[in-house]
Amino acid sequence: MRPADPLPGPFAALFRRDLALARRHAAEAVQPVLFFAMAATLVPLGLAPEPETLARFAPGAIWMMALLAALLALDGLFAADYRDGSLEQVVSSPQPLWLLVLAKIFAHWLVAGLPLVMAAPVVGLALHLPAVGFAPLLLGLAFGTASLSALGAVGAALTVAAPRGGLLLSLIAMPLYMPVLIFGAAAVRQAVEGLDPSGALAVLGALAALFLTLAPPAAAGALRVALDG
Amino acid sequence: MASWPQWLHRLGSPREFYRLSGRALPWLAVAAAGVSMVGLVWGLAFAPPDARQGHSFRIAYLHVPVSFLALAGYYLMALAGAVGLVWRVKLAHMTLRAAARVGAAFTFVALLTGALWGKPTWGTYWVWDARITSMLILFFLYLGVIALGQAYRGERADRAAAVLALVGTVNVPIIYKSVDWWYTLHQPATIKLTGTTTMHPAMLHPLLVCIAGFYLFYALLLVLHVRAEILAGERRTRWVRELALGERG
Repeated sequence: MRPADPLPGPFAALFRRDLALARRHAAEAVQPVLFFAMAATLVPLGLAPEPETLARFAPGAIWMMALLAALLALDGLFAADYRDGSLEQVVSSPQPLWLLVLAKIFAHWLVAGLPLVMAAPVVGLALHLPAVGFAPLLLGLAFGTASLSALGAVGAALTVAAPRGGLLLSLIAMPLYMPVLIFGAAAVRQAVEGLDPSGALAVLGALAALFLTLAPPAAAGALRVALDG
Repeated sequence: MASWPQWLHRLGSPREFYRLSGRALPWLAVAAAGVSMVGLVWGLAFAPPDARQGHSFRIAYLHVPVSFLALAGYYLMALAGAVGLVWRVKLAHMTLRAAARVGAAFTFVALLTGALWGKPTWGTYWVWDARITSMLILFFLYLGVIALGQAYRGERADRAAAVLALVGTVNVPIIYKSVDWWYTLHQPATIKLTGTTTMHPAMLHPLLVCIAGFYLFYALLLVLHVRAEILAGERRTRWVRELALGERG
């Protein structure tokens, strides 16, 4: 007899399926973090290797690179499911679609967003981010990547059936990402400058709550539109 | 006399809209040209020069109305998208496409006139000021809607663009507020565009006329673009063929 399911329901089923798929394709899941590390290497090469210069630009640079990495990871949110046809099954299932989209967003955040948060301290060290900046960087990125996954889900859903939708997805998601970048980089910079970053962090948390609430129904509507044709 | 919903329903058919807008077009064109000419001539030739900026401030008579409409046009586009999504009105989707193009053009002109104004006032074409940056992001949002509308074919393109336009309406205030906050974090501009004094009535009145004139001009452009969309979208129908052949022959 199977043990009782700790997380019953369609949400948990899809959530666990996505995590299992990610575990089986671990090499793909590492790619956003690799991109993050490589893009961060461009910063000293392009700006200057001096610790003082790097420390000044580190808050913004780390956030920009994390945002680009999150943007590239978005492609995997619905594209693979669309290609193998399982997305059609998800959309045509009688379960509420926004709930299923939320499950995919959470799984995507765990697979693509959380590794970026965990890699951020290493990148911070390499870019000589002052020690006081680490806590707001981690907390801000945790909130921020959740917002990016939620907002990105709408963009990914809208472009999923478009031929060559990858670049288009970046074009429509990037303007929506800009507020997250502003508050995320500002929180770290304020901490480094000796100011209290809690205001910017609170806004990041509020944005995450807002986008996690509004994005699932919007992405669900977008999926219905994209798979309609 | 047709009842109000019937009348609305008839106007919602592309063919009827094409016929009725064709009749209104000359009047709209005359009104738009007349009011904006009065405003522009008044502002450019007769309003007093600014105490600090001299004559260079007169570009405001173009810049301010265009910037107004660039932002208002986004909401009109999103509204058209909502109507199209909810009631599946073909004309609303055509309006969305037209509003995206016209709005992007107005935003571009707003950025361009702002840059030209910035050169004599700030000494540089581009400043990362809060309002300029917001306008640039708005321009990107418009381009995203246009690009998405071209990525698909048919009804799917219309509905996808409408969803994106609606998502944008939630984000436009957030983007504006965040860019505003971002800007106040940085050092304030060394040269202020306007002093603490509010606008003198002699300058304000022609500006208000210009704004009214450009609203009419925007409406005119929108109607022209919607008509072009109707002809392109309905090109396989008999009435468009007859129209095209009739005008040729």
